[in-house]
Amino acid sequence: MDIQHVYTKKRSEFGRQVIFTDRAVESIADIPPNPDLSREYISRNPVELAIQNVREFSEHWVNTVRFETENRGINHVEGGWPKDINPLEPDQTSRFRKKTEKEDGYSRSMLSLGNLVEHTIKQNNIVDIYENYFQNLQPDVVEEAPYAKTVNIYRDPHNARRTANHISWYADGARKLAVSYCNLEFQSGTNDSFIDSYIWDTENPTKPDLHLKPISPLVCIEFNPKDTHQLVGGCYNGQVCIFDTRKGSTAVEQSLIENSHRDPAYKTVWLQSKSGTEFFSASTDGKILWWDTKKLSEPVETLILDIEKKGRIENALGAMSLEYESTIPTKFMVGTEQGRIISCNRKGKNDAEKIGNVFPGHWGPVYALQRHPNFLKNFLSVGDWTVRIWSEEMRDDCIMWTKPSVHALTDGQWSPTRSSIFFTTKMDGTLDVWDILFKQNEPTLSIQVVDEPLHCLRVEEPHGRLVACGSQNGTVTLVELSDNLCVQGKSEKVLVNGMFDRETRRAKILEARGRARRDARGKSAHGEKTEKATTDGATLESELKEANPIEKAEKDFWKIVDEEKRKRDRKAALAGEKAAAEAGETTQAETAAPTTAETTE
Amino acid sequence: MTQAEVDDTLKRIQEHKGVQGYLIINNDGIPIRSNLDASLTQQYAALIKSLSDKARSTIREIDPSNELVFFRMRTKKHEILVAPEKEYTMIVLQATDVQ
Repeated sequence: MDIQHVYTKKRSEFGRQVIFTDRAVESIADIPPNPDLSREYISRNPVELAIQNVREFSEHWVNTVRFETENRGINHVEGGWPKDINPLEPDQTSRFRKKTEKEDGYSRSMLSLGNLVEHTIKQNNIVDIYENYFQNLQPDVVEEAPYAKTVNIYRDPHNARRTANHISWYADGARKLAVSYCNLEFQSGTNDSFIDSYIWDTENPTKPDLHLKPISPLVCIEFNPKDTHQLVGGCYNGQVCIFDTRKGSTAVEQSLIENSHRDPAYKTVWLQSKSGTEFFSASTDGKILWWDTKKLSEPVETLILDIEKKGRIENALGAMSLEYESTIPTKFMVGTEQGRIISCNRKGKNDAEKIGNVFPGHWGPVYALQRHPNFLKNFLSVGDWTVRIWSEEMRDDCIMWTKPSVHALTDGQWSPTRSSIFFTTKMDGTLDVWDILFKQNEPTLSIQVVDEPLHCLRVEEPHGRLVACGSQNGTVTLVELSDNLCVQGKSEKVLVNGMFDRETRRAKILEARGRARRDARGKSAHGEKTEKATTDGATLESELKEANPIEKAEKDFWKIVDEEKRKRDRKAALAGEKAAAEAGETTQAETAAPTTAETTE
Repeated sequence: MTQAEVDDTLKRIQEHKGVQGYLIINNDGIPIRSNLDASLTQQYAALIKSLSDKARSTIREIDPSNELVFFRMRTKKHEILVAPEKEYTMIVLQATDVQ
């Protein structure tokens, strides 16, 4: 039985004294005895009765009603004019003004006010009371601990449990956030119930600025850097669609499903082009597709991610993340579901030429991939509980990495302003800020943003002060960083460059040594039989050589010990004689001492 | 006390160093005279009027026998001098960074 009684009370009335009052007796119910029921009475034998001598508990909870706020705007119009004057008629208003100026009180007060104001103006021109005497003084550099604070929280207004998968900042100032929501949990099946994604105004967390209504839930969304009204979204069913904020919520254009991806289009990225209409998308079906918004019915180009370069879709690796840097527009990188990172060149004539270097990457899906904003040779990748930093020169191994974290990492990004800082999100709901110049073993700052897993993050560009994090239940949190986390130091760039160079060199040396050792091992395995005898002989010889020095050292040791012994004996004998001679003197002195002491007393 | 005298005063004020503009509004916030452009005049008139009313009531509240005569606001770009009176208010903008 579920008995629930809900009552609401003002917060100000909590805990207030209860006042009871008398009132007349009132019978609420009267049940007279029913003889029919007594006839149905059956005595029970035996009787089972359970008695428990434990306090009974019941559960109660009290919750205050959530306070919903709403923003409203008011439009002010010109007013205050007398009733018979229309402020839009210039004749009437100027006549009113002239009339006022002719009034006696007007000129009188003008003269007095004029003098008053003039006095102040003169004063201002003579003495600058706000003059800064110490202009050339260097501000004190206060080393404050880095911190971050939550600025706003944007909750998914719909109750459906959906993950905020991808965030995109409005390209023109940090005023808006596009967030794609989609439930990516395996076989959860609740995906079709509600598929809207939102654009949020950063100032207004109560209501989304715009609902985006795709045909299938969006897994990623990206503002067009050239045209800030346009967005591209990748759908769960593999289609890509274009939204225009001026033209409402529904997609203005979408790709044909038969020409689209077969798996969710996990990443879409706008390409650097004159028209600003081209973009490309990646999916776990192993294909990269290039599109033009002007003709979205079929892709402009297709690339199958088969690293054996045979172009077989069965062997293709599923793409999870994309990296594209607009300053090197022909190149891009793909992070795959299998962990490999593939560096590609779009200018290749066929698929085989397009696929360039393959980096070993991670042991699991590569969730994030980004080139360093200042040092394009280096890039970071997130996967298998670690962050790895790579250099394009080193194909076999990364140059830096973090230790495996307790909780899985879900996303990562470089700071656009500070060269040494990158951010990561984790499954335990924390946002980590790493400063590789400060320490590499653990994050410089770790903030518990929410209590549920975080799935994505996006740093606002170009200031790098705001970080938006999306969580599993669709909550987007905007975090503001302290100055020292977003203002570049003087020598930082040089130091980071030095660090990358050093680590690349180290990795190269290690690789060269490893290769040499492998070669040597290969060789020895090859010529093992022939070389065995000679190596045996050599070892014996060396043993003999080693035996000689040991014996020699032992001899030397004993020689020294003997010498020392002899020396000590001689010394002891001498000391004995001396001591005997001294003993006589001291006894004399001792007998003398007490007498002197007595005299002083 | 003629209109010519008023004009002279305003002219004199305008000729001082750093003065960017003046504006006279009546008690209803209607700009009577101004040498700023229309939209800026409108904005200053509406906003300064409410501010000056608030300031006046603050002073009255603290001491009913007192009266607000003048106040100025220092901003990054200029100083706003506000001289309120019973009927009219004079507002002058003066640049702060004149050397």
